[in-house]
Amino acid sequence: MDVLTLSRWQFAITTVYHFFFVPITLGLSIAVAIMQTAYYRTGNEAYKKMTKFWGKLFLINFAIGVVTGIVQEFQFGMNWSQYSRFMGDIFGAPLAIEALLAFFMESTFLGIWIFGWDRIPKKAHLASIWLVAIGSNLSAIWILAANSFMQQPVGYVIRNGRAEMTDFFAIITNGHLWVQFPHVFFGAVATAGFLILSISAYQLVKKGKHEVFKKSFKFGAVYALIGSLLVILVGHTQAQYMVKVQPMKMAAAEALWESENPASMSLFTFGDEKNQKDVFAIKIPGALSFLAYNKFEGEVKGIKNLQKEAEQKYGAGDYVPPVAVSYWSFRIMVGAGFLMLFIAILSTIKAYKEKLEFSSFGYKITFWSVLLPVIANTTGWLFTEIARQPWTVFGLFKTADSVSNTVSAGEVLFSLIAYTVLYAVLMIIMISLIKKYASKDVDEIEKEEAEVDNSVLSKA
Amino acid sequence: MDLNTIWFILIAVLFIGFFFLEGFDYGVGILLPFLGKEDRERRAIINSIGTFWDGNEVWMITAGGAMFAAFPNWYATLFSGFYLALVIMLLALIARGVAFEYRSKKDDPVWRNRWDWVIFIGSFVPALLWGVAISNIIRGVPIDQNMNFTGNFFTLLNPYSLLGGLTSLVLFTLHGSIFLSLKLTDELLEGTRKFAKKLWLPSVILLFIYVIFGYYDTDMFSKLGVNPGVIPILAGLAILSVGYFLKIKREGWAFVMTGLTIVFSTITIFMGLFPRVMVSSTNPDWSLTIYNASSSPYTLKVMSIVAVIFVPIVLAYQAWSYWIFRKRISTKQKMEY
Repeated sequence: MDVLTLSRWQFAITTVYHFFFVPITLGLSIAVAIMQTAYYRTGNEAYKKMTKFWGKLFLINFAIGVVTGIVQEFQFGMNWSQYSRFMGDIFGAPLAIEALLAFFMESTFLGIWIFGWDRIPKKAHLASIWLVAIGSNLSAIWILAANSFMQQPVGYVIRNGRAEMTDFFAIITNGHLWVQFPHVFFGAVATAGFLILSISAYQLVKKGKHEVFKKSFKFGAVYALIGSLLVILVGHTQAQYMVKVQPMKMAAAEALWESENPASMSLFTFGDEKNQKDVFAIKIPGALSFLAYNKFEGEVKGIKNLQKEAEQKYGAGDYVPPVAVSYWSFRIMVGAGFLMLFIAILSTIKAYKEKLEFSSFGYKITFWSVLLPVIANTTGWLFTEIARQPWTVFGLFKTADSVSNTVSAGEVLFSLIAYTVLYAVLMIIMISLIKKYASKDVDEIEKEEAEVDNSVLSKA
Repeated sequence: MDLNTIWFILIAVLFIGFFFLEGFDYGVGILLPFLGKEDRERRAIINSIGTFWDGNEVWMITAGGAMFAAFPNWYATLFSGFYLALVIMLLALIARGVAFEYRSKKDDPVWRNRWDWVIFIGSFVPALLWGVAISNIIRGVPIDQNMNFTGNFFTLLNPYSLLGGLTSLVLFTLHGSIFLSLKLTDELLEGTRKFAKKLWLPSVILLFIYVIFGYYDTDMFSKLGVNPGVIPILAGLAILSVGYFLKIKREGWAFVMTGLTIVFSTITIFMGLFPRVMVSSTNPDWSLTIYNASSSPYTLKVMSIVAVIFVPIVLAYQAWSYWIFRKRISTKQKMEY
């Protein structure tokens, strides 16, 4: 395999892996902060136990999120040096601001939060978890500002053979950013919600109906419901935005070969990508126009037309992204999203009934539902990045031109294998720890801590 | 002073902060398996940096981000050129970060012992590699007229850079041992004092050989002549005074002095580098400078405004976190890590 292919695999693997942890960090940091706020306001010990229980799981997740993030920052220069030279003037700024504004805040205050229990005033301790939550979510805004530029370049000029920033304000008010960030944010809320739901269901079924997990289940259900509902609504807006700024992405998502008016939406297409035609397809007439424009008419451009337009604009070349991958990743994301909404509604209803009885089937569904947001997050990113191909920066710079020209295939193969092996090992270890901490008896946690102290003190 | 110069200084400041802070973190990690005999002792050692290490590491992340934003060509040439070295460092840093968080989350002694060695290796490798990297930047590496690195991994392994790596490794370990003498109690305190005393002389010797090598192997001092000026001399005096302060058990002062050694040494290197950011050994004209490697004036201006606002805020709350957790850590207290 060549450097480009290997580098793309490495970027995909490290980024998808990193993004297993990021949404949990974004969503769960706020959840833990809310729980601690409830404890601070009411003094109810159950909320304190909740904060500690979910806080521990948050930390186990956070650790891997942070360290895999370092690779993210370094690999633009390491593997995509041509991209870095072309885009540094624009892309570097949000990354540096992310570090200065967000990473310092979340890491410093997380340290204060972990070590600050009973050591600093309660109010300051509560503030520190909120600052962690705000810091994490601020970092998402900055990195998405950078990504949004790659989807829809704004506030720049091509000068000195590179993209140079002319309007910082345009970059942070990029329309793409403000449909993308809410989508990521509510996706993260849903992810954390389902994590809480899943583990609470486990505790309620296997360990008895402890107040902490009744409360947690209710919290998780509502949190997952808010997240799932809004991620779908925002996603709809985002798709309409995509039709405007990246029509090829939309056409790939729908495997829409020819322009149509009104456009039909594919329910299921088995296509022939090479010859750009359907082999077998079930379509709903007019539905795609409705999704794109909220009315049953209006042209949605097809792949063949868009390819011709692109050739006129950018010169000869293949401007069609991998259609099958785009089509299926988009469908899996949307499908997972609707399943999440459905399960979240049922769970919320269950949470507000007095008895939290689970049928064996219902329990299994609830327990494994945590995988749905993970699948949706992953396929969502695969879609948004793959359906932008052949570009890294849409309309400006191609992926093939972005890769480092001084790094050999052998070197990338080495790093690809090394990262993959290390990441796999860490995943196994993390899951073993999550299992251990997720199945803990909440009343035991503080007792254990106290016993350790007593045993040490009595020896001394 | 133009914005390019200001950003050069700011990146130097970020590296200074990083080496000063993360320097002792690495040192603590390296000493962990040797200083801590049993579990509670090792926990106390880890907890001494438990609150700080992550925030300290962000100095490196920010330095990388600032290089990307202000000097994209520097970022691109350095990171792609030093590819394998950076991969190894990243693997070490990934494992190390996870180790701090996971180590004490299981009671199993085998589990804990393994993580302790991960912390050791994860601290040892970057402490060494940063010295190697910085030495290569100042010594010069093959770079062509298009700013592309034309060497390979083994180009980076030369006597000067390896000596630089060894120097940073030993100096950081000394810095860490003195930091621990401010944070620990009882037997551990005595133990780390011994380490500090043992490490002092090798640090002095390595640093001075490194400087002498620098006269031959780099053009760092050619501009400065035989008398290198105030800052390198201050670095030398600072490391010499550490021995005295250790002897009279004034560890606070000793810590300030190893810190100043790191600060002044880093300043010396950046002064020798200026106005270049990477030296080309192929042709001096092909070196990357603060002008040919930089972002546009507009981006530098935007970033300057951001830095002026946020750097002081970051410094304030990091300082505050050091203040809250200034107490010594005893093996008898409750520990989070």
